[in-house]
Amino acid sequence: MTSFTGTGQLAKLAFRRDIAMLPACVFGIAALLAITARDLKALYPTAAVRFAVAASAGANPALRLLLGRLNGSSVGAFVAARWGVWGSAFAALLTILVVVRHTRADEEAGRLELVGSAAVGRQAPLTAALLATVTANAAIALLTCLWLVPSLPPAGSAALALSIAACGLVFAGVAAVGAQLAATARGARGIAFAVFGAAFVLRAVGDSGPAGLSWLSWASPLGWVELTRAFGSAGERWWVLALPLVASAALVAAAFVLASWRDHSAGLLPGRPGRPAASGLLRGPFGLAWRLQRGVLAAWLAGYVFAFAASGAAAKGAGTILGASAVLRRYLLRVGYQATVVHAYLSALMLLAGLAAAVYATSAVLGLRAEETGNLAEPVLATATGRIRWGLSHISSAVAGACLLLTVAGLSAGLGYGIVTGSVSAQVPQLLGAALARLPAVLVLAAVAVLLSGLLPWESTALTWSVVALAGVVAVFGPPLLWPGWMMDISPFTQTPKLPGAAVSAQPLLWLCGIALALSVAGLTGLRRRDIGDLGPSRLTGPARDWLADYIQQSKELSESSAAASTAQPPGTTSQDKP
Amino acid sequence: MDARIGASGLAGAGLAAQARGSLVLRAVGLTKRYGRVVALGGLDLEVRAGEVHAFLGPNGSGKTTTIRILLGLLKADAGEVTLLGGDPWRDAVELHRRVAYVPGDVTLWPGLTGGEIIDLLGRMRGGLDVKRRKALTERFDLDTSKKARAYSRGNRQKVALIAALASGAELLLLDEPTAGLDPVMEAIFRECVNEERHDGRTILLSSHVLAEAEALADFVTIIRDGRAVETGALAEMRHLARISVEAELAAPVALGEVVGVYELTVTGTLVRCRVDRAALDEVLGRMHQAGIRSLTCRPPTLEELFLRHYSRPDRPRQEPADD
Repeated sequence: MTSFTGTGQLAKLAFRRDIAMLPACVFGIAALLAITARDLKALYPTAAVRFAVAASAGANPALRLLLGRLNGSSVGAFVAARWGVWGSAFAALLTILVVVRHTRADEEAGRLELVGSAAVGRQAPLTAALLATVTANAAIALLTCLWLVPSLPPAGSAALALSIAACGLVFAGVAAVGAQLAATARGARGIAFAVFGAAFVLRAVGDSGPAGLSWLSWASPLGWVELTRAFGSAGERWWVLALPLVASAALVAAAFVLASWRDHSAGLLPGRPGRPAASGLLRGPFGLAWRLQRGVLAAWLAGYVFAFAASGAAAKGAGTILGASAVLRRYLLRVGYQATVVHAYLSALMLLAGLAAAVYATSAVLGLRAEETGNLAEPVLATATGRIRWGLSHISSAVAGACLLLTVAGLSAGLGYGIVTGSVSAQVPQLLGAALARLPAVLVLAAVAVLLSGLLPWESTALTWSVVALAGVVAVFGPPLLWPGWMMDISPFTQTPKLPGAAVSAQPLLWLCGIALALSVAGLTGLRRRDIGDLGPSRLTGPARDWLADYIQQSKELSESSAAASTAQPPGTTSQDKP
Repeated sequence: MDARIGASGLAGAGLAAQARGSLVLRAVGLTKRYGRVVALGGLDLEVRAGEVHAFLGPNGSGKTTTIRILLGLLKADAGEVTLLGGDPWRDAVELHRRVAYVPGDVTLWPGLTGGEIIDLLGRMRGGLDVKRRKALTERFDLDTSKKARAYSRGNRQKVALIAALASGAELLLLDEPTAGLDPVMEAIFRECVNEERHDGRTILLSSHVLAEAEALADFVTIIRDGRAVETGALAEMRHLARISVEAELAAPVALGEVVGVYELTVTGTLVRCRVDRAALDEVLGRMHQAGIRSLTCRPPTLEELFLRHYSRPDRPRQEPADD
């Protein structure tokens, strides 16, 4: 077994490197399930209410598309439907990232070469990465089970926890194979994420499509989770748990065989060369900013289309499901500022679209600062590109991206809701308008990022995200908790019209646009005047640090001079001053 | 708007700067502080048209800060600086059409290929000589279809060098341009610099390798703790360069009384010393008579020069340089 020599050491190293990230993620996934179980118990306390909700939710194809099948009307079945597929999805994503991080990413960076030259077997790094993920998934299963058992039936808890962990293991195998196929970590993650995406789509179509296609769920590792029927009214189907375990073992075996075929740092798939010369699009800072953003934007757009089309389609049943719980109903009416549950739901949905678009726009604007600290602003600004043009290139791609995202959110929610209710021509413009009404608030938050990047570059990233988080917290938690007006005014989303179903006035929108413009101008002016690069102490903490350094220096000199006096030297002279 | 007005004004100044021997770059009393750290404490620097000027100093001596000020990325706290007849801070955009730059630590956009980056940087400077780009790519043997993520340090350096050399700019600012290049590529780089000099371009080359400066430069400025401590034609500074000699001899030899031998240590038949160029003949002659078993001669590193010529007690970096 010489090819496995050193596995223990490498596994220890892997745990050491992930000492914060891995427990936090494991804890987070288990906590999601436990908290949901507690909340659902409080929200739907009686069997009659749950039965009505289950009847409505079970008949809602959009919900099945988004979350998966509902296998009963107990609280446990609700938890399994809410987090079975999505908890498995989180476990799978975590597993993919960990496996690739300790195999292909290390190999690409050259760290495994260093390790490989020591007494370490060929299969040891992969084995160590798999050990780490098996441990993580076992911990997820154990913790979930421990937290669910006090309030839910033990058999269902065990079935749900095990099916989630088993799904994680399937993707450990997928990532292990991907790491042998691709020569880069990015490529390996890409392969694994593509398989994950395919599994999600297969399950979504199988769950929500026509009955003839329901077998598709059987073809997806994510489908196996719901097909185990944890907490099901007809009892658990334990044998389904064998499917992910067999698949995982087969994939891992394949990865080991592939690893023994290939050279170190080579992938089995040929690398794809890029363009040897720039296309006509890549002519200046605007082309560059677009090029840097387009991949991320495409991923965001795909997520937006799926999430908002499905959530929009789910709106029709929202009245029954959410209205059944008095607490939820009250919460939703306040967040959405609406009289009817459906309008409140759609309005809250469009608020979420706005908040998420603000996150995108902010991170795109902060790309400006990231380029700067990454020494990538320097080569651009050393050409005949002015700073304002460089700044505007990133800002414009951020704003264009946010507009596109909101448009897509409105269109897909409108189509989803419109198709379900048979009123596409009415719903699409209504929800498109509702989404775009949030744009001025998004612009204000993006402009805060511009302002801080220009005037307080050192603190810009932390401060900007704090502002965005504050705006989000106020918009989501302020209304149900009936926070006072001045507090609500902190979030620019308070000023945007609560569409659909509310009055629109142009004045606050114009104000928001004006504020965004003023903040941006101030930020760009700062950008033109300051030094470029990741240099020098911060303007906020710099003076404090200088004062501290002065203080230490003075006390040092004081003790030195007293020491000098004791050795009968004139104070203030040190031996260094002599030639 | 004002950049365009500046363009016509600078064009005249640019023509004047073309004349060989006129000042292309002039910095007087350049000062830059980062909080309490003094990066430049009154730096003077003059570069004339058509010369290859080496800008030498150990790491952290202020070379990169100076170049960043010359590019208008940083604003000097005090002092005057003129580049190609303009102000590098105010006229940055117009000046950069005539300046090409290779950063010391080349970082590239990981998702773009080398070829895309060369073209992009060239286009942003205002055009790029396609023929030169092709010729340079072949000479430096760069695979331009690879993503920058996959490039080694040397290959990233090549991308930046090709982009700068293909630009046809009047002034090249090269910050430690050979870092990461293998010896073959370093030789090609030297050829390229000599061709640029032949075409009348001006080059400011920062480095901490004296051998590189000796091979390429006409003029040298040595910088220490943010001040120029030595500047002039390289020929006049040759006296600075004592050669380090290390030999194993067949029999002991007396070198103590030879004029121009320094730091002599003799351990049996093992001899170590530093020798002025003028005394080299004499020293090697005596060694030859004793019988040479092995011999290493190398020029002193810049660091050694500093230790010898400026062996004052080190000042802490936090204190402002005395001015």
